[in-house]
Amino acid sequence: MATIIKNQQIVADSWQLLKLGPNGELPPVAPAGDIIVPLALWLALRELLTSRAGRLGVWLDSHEDPAAIAGDFDRLALVAVNFSAFGDGRGYSIARLLRERYGWRGELRAIGVVGREHLFFMAGCGFDAFMLREDHDAAEALTAFGDFSDAYQASVERPLPLFRRRFLASPDGMEWS
Amino acid sequence: MYLYDEIDQRLVDERVAQFRGQTRRFLAGKLSEDEFRPLRLRNGLYIQRYAPMLRVAIPYGLLSAKQLRKFAHLARTYDRGYGHFSTRQNLQFNWPKLEDVPDILAELATVQMHAIQTSGNCVRNITTDHYAGVARDEIVDSLVWCEVLRQWSTFNPEFSYLPRKFKIAVNGAEADRAAVRVHDVGLHAVRDANGDVGFRVLVGGGLGRTPIIGHVLREFLPWPHLLTYLDAILRVYNRYGRRDNLQRARIKILVKERTPEVFRKEVETEWTHLKDGPATLIPGEIARIERRFTRPRYQKLDPLASGYVLALTRDRAFANWVRRNVHPHKVPGYAAVTLSLKKTGVPPGDVTAAQMDAIADLSDRYSFGELRVSHEQNLILADVQLSQLHALWHEARALGLATPNVGLLTNIICCPGGDFCSLANAKSIPVAAAIQRRFDDLDYLHDIGELDLNISGCMNACGHHHIGHIGILGVDKQGAEYYQISIGGAQGSDAALGRIIGPSVSQADVPDVIEKLIDLYLARRDSEEERFIDVVRRIGIEPFKEHVYGNHNQESANRSRQLAAA
Repeated sequence: MATIIKNQQIVADSWQLLKLGPNGELPPVAPAGDIIVPLALWLALRELLTSRAGRLGVWLDSHEDPAAIAGDFDRLALVAVNFSAFGDGRGYSIARLLRERYGWRGELRAIGVVGREHLFFMAGCGFDAFMLREDHDAAEALTAFGDFSDAYQASVERPLPLFRRRFLASPDGMEWS
Repeated sequence: MYLYDEIDQRLVDERVAQFRGQTRRFLAGKLSEDEFRPLRLRNGLYIQRYAPMLRVAIPYGLLSAKQLRKFAHLARTYDRGYGHFSTRQNLQFNWPKLEDVPDILAELATVQMHAIQTSGNCVRNITTDHYAGVARDEIVDSLVWCEVLRQWSTFNPEFSYLPRKFKIAVNGAEADRAAVRVHDVGLHAVRDANGDVGFRVLVGGGLGRTPIIGHVLREFLPWPHLLTYLDAILRVYNRYGRRDNLQRARIKILVKERTPEVFRKEVETEWTHLKDGPATLIPGEIARIERRFTRPRYQKLDPLASGYVLALTRDRAFANWVRRNVHPHKVPGYAAVTLSLKKTGVPPGDVTAAQMDAIADLSDRYSFGELRVSHEQNLILADVQLSQLHALWHEARALGLATPNVGLLTNIICCPGGDFCSLANAKSIPVAAAIQRRFDDLDYLHDIGELDLNISGCMNACGHHHIGHIGILGVDKQGAEYYQISIGGAQGSDAALGRIIGPSVSQADVPDVIEKLIDLYLARRDSEEERFIDVVRRIGIEPFKEHVYGNHNQESANRSRQLAAA
């Protein structure tokens, strides 16, 4: 069985990723099983997809707007974001929007061009699951989460920026909080 | 100097370890060339024409004597004994070996330096006015705000893979000495009617292939909102900036395509969600960063008792140098001094290891062990006592660092060009040298007066040719190196982009063209007070064009010259 990295561990994965055809055709949907469908399929076939057996996830491509699924969270078990290239950074913003603005609490999975070098920043932006490229060694990739021991910025992982955490830990901050 | 605390230091150390791992994985074949490229770039490492080039950050241009000595050591150990100061407050080594770079970065980390985000599609080294903290027209000390932004931009998880590079400049004084209008984001400190500090926010300026003057996004952004507002700008850019075409990927294109008004609305909408969030700055943080800066312990001096006025009257060469290279200081009895890296015959911005050590000594003895790096590729001792100027001048002159040409034609801003850079269409250093030789007569140079001459070896505009009073751009013309000349550009508060005067000319002809431009200027100026740029603005470029090209076109002029030379 395939594996992914989830919560910084290598785990077995039962989800099947569906993709649109080369000309944007909707893919066939099996009656059962856990599937992650492209946004277009979800928007076209909501009722059918929610009535089938098996869990449902939706994946967003990097140009797609997370607002499109913000009202659907109670019907989804997973949201994924696709990275189309090594340097395509749009998914980082999409992840923060899903977590911080729209309040997605379930699994947030990075798919596409996802390698060891991306994991630290992706985790900062709220991804907790990573479908690693097949040519990357998952065990070695786990070390990426420890690349840095802290971060200056506010992020999903660290909602308070370093300067606020520093301040709260200072004598002034104790009084202030 | 800003002194790292233990977290600042740890993050830089961890970066070295991370890059060591990436380099090892690349050399072991586990990372492809294409994957390693963005990783090495964000650690300042380019693969250049002849060897790698390593660009080290000098955050907001502030450098200690100890750090400069480290540069000297690195230049000797890993390079060919020199370094090059760029126009963006960086130092570039041109000959390091790829496998040595992790060790070089580790050495830099021991003196609180790094090459983080000096290249790549991320927020680059934040730049500022080289007189920050000592200028008489100071509104705020921009160094403090630059450090706030350095921390915000360093390893920002959301904005590490932007569509393209992103350059931010901060100006803390009345006059703009940070070129805020030609940056992706320019921040100009202002005070409101109550005296509260905020920033005028400009966006979408830049040079390069599509030069544009930035648009004002906000006239007054109160300082606590600085980071959340930048987050909003960057998020809009990260999501919607073009990624399909490298030449159209800078934020200036997004602002232009959407119009500044629409872009502003998008940013404001995004900001409503971020405003007053956890990234809102607090006074305690600004005070903390301020306290971590060491400050010069100025003495109470009587400027009149310095004796330097007497030296001025006695020594004309010294007086020339003071006139050009010594600048006013906010503390009585002190001055800021430019050590010129523009000696004729030396590539602009280049410094040898021996000079670095000597300059470090000068800064220890004359200026509290600190230096500034200017975007004009000079070094500045920012806190020199007036009474020591004469002695400093003697020492600087012996080191070849006292060329009295700041603000003059031979203080050329110049990129490394085709001698080093794989992007360049043409060489730039020999062109600078030829012009410097042509205008080597100091009296003549001073008579010409203030003139910025900038040279770029290609349209990426690292030499800022668009904003030179005279700009020179290297172009490729059927495989030959030619140079396009523009005039009328300017930096600062009256920033403007130069206009091309006509067909490009060969390298050998460039000094002649410059001389013709100067001849016409001298003939047409009202008085010595009217600068070259003022005359261009008053009479337009046509008279210059005519004077340079005459009635016949440049092609035939070139041909006849080539025939004559053959």
